[in-house]
Amino acid sequence: MAEILKRNKALAVNPLKASQPVGASLAFLGINKAIPMMHGSQGCTAFGKVFFVRHFREPIPLQTTAMDQVSTVMSADENVIEGLRAVCEKSKPALIGLPTTGLSETQGTDIKRLVKDFYTAHPEFAHIPVVPVNTPDFTGCLESGYALAVKAVLKTLLPEKTNNVSKRKKQVNVLAGSFLTPGDVEHIKELIEAFGLRPLVLPDIDDSLDGHLSEMESSPLTVGGTPVSDIASMGESIATLVLGNSLFEAADFLKAQTGVPDFRFDSLMGLDAVDAFVAALAEISGKPVPEKIERQRAQLQDAMVDSHFMLGFARIAIAADPDLLYGLSRMVSEMGCEVVAAVSPARAHILQEVAVAQVGIGDLEDLEIVAKRNGAQLVISNSHAVETARRLGVPLLRAGFPQYDLIGGYQRLWVGYRGTRQVFFDLANMIVEHGHHEPEPYVSIYAQRTGENHATPALGTTH
Amino acid sequence: MHAKDIAELLNEPACTHNKKEKSGCARPKPGATAGGCSFDGAQIALLPIADVAHIVHGPIACAGSSWDNRGTRSSGPTLYRIGMTTDLTEQDVIMGRGEKRLFHAIKQAVDSYAPKAVFIYNTCVPALTGDDISAVCQAAAEKCGVPVVPVDCAGFYGTKNLGNRIAGEAMFKYVVGTAEPFPVPESAQRPGITVHDVNLIGEYNIAGEFWNVLPLFDKLGLRILCTLSGDARFHDVQTMHRAEANMVVCAKALLNVARKLQTDYKTPYFEGSFYGVTDTSMAFREFAKLLNDPALTERTEALIAREEAKINAALEPWRERLRGKRVLLYTGGVKSWSIVSALQDLGMEVVATGTNKSTEEDKARIREIMGDKTKMITDGSPKALLGAVKEYQADILIAGGRNMYTALKARIPFLDINQEREFGYEGYSGMIELARQLALTIQSPVWESVRKPAPWAKTSVPGIALGA
Repeated sequence: MAEILKRNKALAVNPLKASQPVGASLAFLGINKAIPMMHGSQGCTAFGKVFFVRHFREPIPLQTTAMDQVSTVMSADENVIEGLRAVCEKSKPALIGLPTTGLSETQGTDIKRLVKDFYTAHPEFAHIPVVPVNTPDFTGCLESGYALAVKAVLKTLLPEKTNNVSKRKKQVNVLAGSFLTPGDVEHIKELIEAFGLRPLVLPDIDDSLDGHLSEMESSPLTVGGTPVSDIASMGESIATLVLGNSLFEAADFLKAQTGVPDFRFDSLMGLDAVDAFVAALAEISGKPVPEKIERQRAQLQDAMVDSHFMLGFARIAIAADPDLLYGLSRMVSEMGCEVVAAVSPARAHILQEVAVAQVGIGDLEDLEIVAKRNGAQLVISNSHAVETARRLGVPLLRAGFPQYDLIGGYQRLWVGYRGTRQVFFDLANMIVEHGHHEPEPYVSIYAQRTGENHATPALGTTH
Repeated sequence: MHAKDIAELLNEPACTHNKKEKSGCARPKPGATAGGCSFDGAQIALLPIADVAHIVHGPIACAGSSWDNRGTRSSGPTLYRIGMTTDLTEQDVIMGRGEKRLFHAIKQAVDSYAPKAVFIYNTCVPALTGDDISAVCQAAAEKCGVPVVPVDCAGFYGTKNLGNRIAGEAMFKYVVGTAEPFPVPESAQRPGITVHDVNLIGEYNIAGEFWNVLPLFDKLGLRILCTLSGDARFHDVQTMHRAEANMVVCAKALLNVARKLQTDYKTPYFEGSFYGVTDTSMAFREFAKLLNDPALTERTEALIAREEAKINAALEPWRERLRGKRVLLYTGGVKSWSIVSALQDLGMEVVATGTNKSTEEDKARIREIMGDKTKMITDGSPKALLGAVKEYQADILIAGGRNMYTALKARIPFLDINQEREFGYEGYSGMIELARQLALTIQSPVWESVRKPAPWAKTSVPGIALGA
C-alpha cells in the first residue's frame, strides 16, 4: 500500500493540476448537442477553451456567465439566468452543463436553485435539461471535476427510481473515466460489440472529440457524443461497466436509481486489468471470448516477452491524475519496471493502490526532485513535463492532459490488449534509444596504435 | 482594485477610440461572450520578462490552464517558463490563509530560483476574499531583499485589454525609473555613430521574431533599453525612463505606458509595426525623425535601400505564387492594418478584415490603406466568419489560434497570427517566412483531397453549412 505524502510547500511550481471546472466541461463535451457554460468570469472559460482546443485540435463549444465586477460584488444570479436564456435561445442545445468555478463558489452561489429559478422564469425552455454541478477549482483536479459532472448528469436525467433492468437485452452502460482518450473509448466500444452487445457510453468523447471531418462546417454545440435521450434509457440496460475508480460514486447513484448490476474496473491497462474486463464481457453476454480478442491477448503476451529485456528494472517516474497514475503504475509493473517517483495533483482513494512506495500530492517540481534522487530513466506525464524530462536528461512519454505539442496525442490508444502492447513497444524503444549501459571506451596505456586521432583520456582521468 | 481605478484605466486619453464608447465599459453578455479576462491580459503582457519569478495568486484554474503557453522567446534566462502559483485550497479560502501562503510562496520562489524580481498576479478568488496583496508584496520585498511587484488583475475586473493596461500601470508605478542604464560598452562604440537609447513597447518576441529586426537596430546605432516585454529583463524595465524615443508596437495594449513616459519624462513616441516591408522601413524612419540626428537619418535610408532591395529580390518567387490571392483577415491583438500592409507587400488582396479589437485610428488607417469599399467584420462567430469567407471568395482565413479549427473543419486554408503561433513574421526577413507559410497552406494538395467525395458517394458534397 502506497504512502501518501501531503503537499508541504506554499508555492506550486510547474503545476501538474488542471482544474475541476475544466474536468467537468470535458464530461459535458462527451454529450451530443451539448454545451458547458462555466459560472465564473470570462477568463475561466477562455482558458479552458484554449486548453482543450490545443489538446484536441478541435473547435470546442464553451460558454461563460461572464461575471464582472458589479455582479461579483452585488450578485451574479441574474448572470446565470440570462446566460442560460441566451444559450437556449441562440443554440437550442440538447443539454447545458453548468459547472461552477472558484469565483462563483467563493461568492456563494446556489447553483441548483438558480436552475429552478431559470425554469420558472423561462418555462418555454423546460424541455432543455440544465445540469448544475459544484466544481470549485480550490479542491480536486480535472478527474474529480469530471466525475462530479458525470454524477450530476445522471442525477438530472434519471431523477426517478426505475425498475426496468434488462428491458433492452443487449444494451450495456459504460461510465467512461477521464483517463480514457477518444481512441480508448473507440476501442472499448469495439470490444463490447465483439460480444454482440450494444455499448451506451457516458460520456462518449470518442463520438464528439475523435477528430473527423464531417459535412457539418461549424456548430455552436458538440457534434456527436452520448445522445441525451439514450441516457434516460440507462435503467433498461443489462449491466453497467464502470471504468475508473473516480466514477464509483456516480456508479453508486446509477445502481441505486436503476438496479442495473455493475462491474467496476480501476484500470484497463495491462494484461490483468484487460483480462478482468474481457472476462466480465463474456459473463454478461454469455458468449465465449471471440477468437479475434484471444489473438490480441496472445499478441500482447508475445510483446511482453520481447520487451522485458529492455523494460525489466527500468526506473519510471509518473505524474498524472489518480486513475491514470494508478493504471500506468500497474501496467509498467507487469513488465518488471520499477516506479521510482509518483505524483498526483490531488487526493483520491485509488492512490494507496498505486504500485509504488510513496505517492506525492504535488506538482512537476516535486516529480523532478524525486525522479532525480531515485535515478529515473523515463518520465510519463503531460506536455508540461517536457522541460522536466529535458532537465533530467531522460525521455518523456506523454500521457494525460494537456498534450499540446504532440499531433494525435489525444487519439492514442492506451487500453485493451492492443493499447497495452503498443505502450510496451514504445517504452522499450525509448529506453533503448536513451540507454547508455555500455562502458566508456578505454585505451590501454600500452597501446601503440599510431594514426588514430581520437583524443584518449590521459592516465588518471578516466570517467 | 477600486472601481474608480478601473474606470481611470479604461479612460486612455492617448487612444482615439477613447472619445467614443469605451469597449471596456460594455458589460460582457452572459452566455454570449468570448475572449480572455484581465488576468490573461496582464500575464500575457509581462510574462516574457525572463528573469522574473511570475507567481499567480489564486486557486489552480488560472495558472493550471495557462502556464507554459506562450510562444515568446528569451535569449538567456528561462525562469519565466517555470509555472508558479499559490494553488489556493479550500482551507486557504475559508480560513483566510491566502495572504500567509502568498508570503511564504514568495520566499520559496526567491530561495529556490533567485529571481531578479517577483511579480504577483492577483486573481478573482483572493480579490473577492480581500487579500491585501500590495501589503504582502511590500513585506515580502523587505524580508527577501528582492523587488516584489503586485499586479492586481482579477479576471472579473474586465477584459484582456484592461489587463494589458493594468500590467503597464504596474510597471510604470513600481518598476520604471528605479535603476539607471549601464553605460554603452567601449567595444560597442563605432566611430561616427552616436548611440541613441530607445524602447519598444508591446513587442513580445513571439517565436523569436524580434531577432529578425534587432540586428538592424545595432547597425543603425540604436540601443534598445527595453522591449516591453519580449526577451526583456527586469533591469531593462527599470531603465525605460532614459530612452530618447519610444515605439508602441501593439497600439492598444500598452499605450498607457508610452503616454506616461511622454508626460512624465518627455519621451516622444510613435505607433508602428514590423510586419511587412513598408511598415518595417517606416518604423526605422520614424525613429530617425524623432531622434533628429542627420547621420542616423542617412544611415537609416542606406539601410532601408539595401534591405528592401535584398528582400524584394528574395520575395519575387513567392509573389508569383501568392499574387491576387484573396485574404480574409480576422486578427486579435496584432493590429489589422499592419498585417494588411504585409499582405499587400506580397501582392495579395485583403477582401475583408475584422475590426473588433481595432481602435478608431486603426480603422481609419485600414480605410486609408485599403480604400473605402473594404468590408469590416465585427461578428467573429465561427458561422459569421465562414459566411464571410464564402461571400468574399477568400482563399485563406488569417486569424488567431482559437479560430484555426473553425477554418480547418470547413476545409479552408488558415494562417495563425496570434501569440501561440510557432513562426515569426517580423522584419524584412520575416516576410519570407510569412510568404512560405501562406503558400504552404493555400497551395497544399490536402484541400483537394478533403473536399473530394468518396468514389462511392452518390450526392454527398462535403461542406454544407449548418443551420444550428
